[in-house]
Amino acid sequence: MVNESVGFIFISASLINNFVFSTFLGICPFLGVSGKVETAVRMGAAVSFVMLISSLCAFGIHAALDYINAPYLQLISYIVVIASTVQLVEMIIKKFSPALFQALGIFLPLITTNCAILGLALFQTNRGYNFSQSLAFALGAGAGFTFALLLMSSIREHLELSTTPDVVKGAALTLIVAGILSMAFMGFAGLGGSH
Amino acid sequence: MDQPVSPQGPPNMDIFLKGLWKENPTFVQLLGMCPVLAVTNSVINALAMGLATMFVLIMSNLLVSLLRKVIPKQVRIATYILIIATFVTVTDYAIQAISIEVHKSLGAFIALIVVNCIILGRAEAFASKNSPWKSILDALGMGLGFTFAVLCLGVVRELLGNGSLLGIPVFGESFEPWIIMILPGGAFFVLGGWLLLFNWLKIRKSAGVQHG
Repeated sequence: MVNESVGFIFISASLINNFVFSTFLGICPFLGVSGKVETAVRMGAAVSFVMLISSLCAFGIHAALDYINAPYLQLISYIVVIASTVQLVEMIIKKFSPALFQALGIFLPLITTNCAILGLALFQTNRGYNFSQSLAFALGAGAGFTFALLLMSSIREHLELSTTPDVVKGAALTLIVAGILSMAFMGFAGLGGSH
Repeated sequence: MDQPVSPQGPPNMDIFLKGLWKENPTFVQLLGMCPVLAVTNSVINALAMGLATMFVLIMSNLLVSLLRKVIPKQVRIATYILIIATFVTVTDYAIQAISIEVHKSLGAFIALIVVNCIILGRAEAFASKNSPWKSILDALGMGLGFTFAVLCLGVVRELLGNGSLLGIPVFGESFEPWIIMILPGGAFFVLGGWLLLFNWLKIRKSAGVQHG
């Protein structure tokens, strides 16, 4: 599937195969920081940025590992790159916006263990995307993740004000809402046409 | 095997049991959600995922615990991740050697065990502070708790979504499978359902304590 167009990859990663609702990547931050719209959007932006950088790095690493013929180092080198990118983002945010740094709290370093990012790097390698395709894939996945967080946090802000039975309070309710959203996202499958 | 009679006897049992139920990583701590939702569309996938995660958990807990006095505090998280990534690479190749079919259906999710927060969480919260023997017990308990949780989801989803259990049809020809259960939406619903059940049990129990 190397000849997919850049536009199709973007739409596919952001809507049809949305990382959160159809491939189940990045569920932890999705459940954890989707309480408030503002934090959710910023979290989405931070994750998108890390995705973009790690996707570019993963592309380079894959080529290098191919060259020295050591595929078994793939996973280890990807995770090291992601961890260092997260560290970088953390320093930037701390310098330029201490308030945001406070708001994101523990979830900022936890971006390292966000499976959406490692998943993105692995998927693009498995599918053999070229440079521009990888770029579109990373942008699409980031946009999709931010969109999912935005939707979820808006719904949860409303739920907070409405009365719900005691039994469903907390994670159970969030998961059921996520299930309904996931069903709604299945509707985008039609966009794929004959692919 | 005779149990060593020492003052640490009962706590050891507690360490093992808490992962299974009271501090179940999936149902109580809500950690490591991604594999729980993604690979539970059949019982066999769920079982493979549970065992693979348990293996990585035990090995990384053991190694982290052995090295706990050597690893400098500043770079501990990076070291843990490297240790975990090494064992996941081992597991990835092992599963590929044992069953190429399971490897195909789990796909990238075997590699994604690296970023399963349960493993890093246990390394940081338990193995870095406790003896190797206790760390193994902790890992075993947590691993079994995780396997139990993925099986809970896997059984319900395969039964309703495919009308079968471990690939063997259960309900006969006339059963119309609930396709939604093996699709992504079903995963959220089933996990939500289990959490509802546990919430309900908890509320009923505390109400019972109050009235009785």
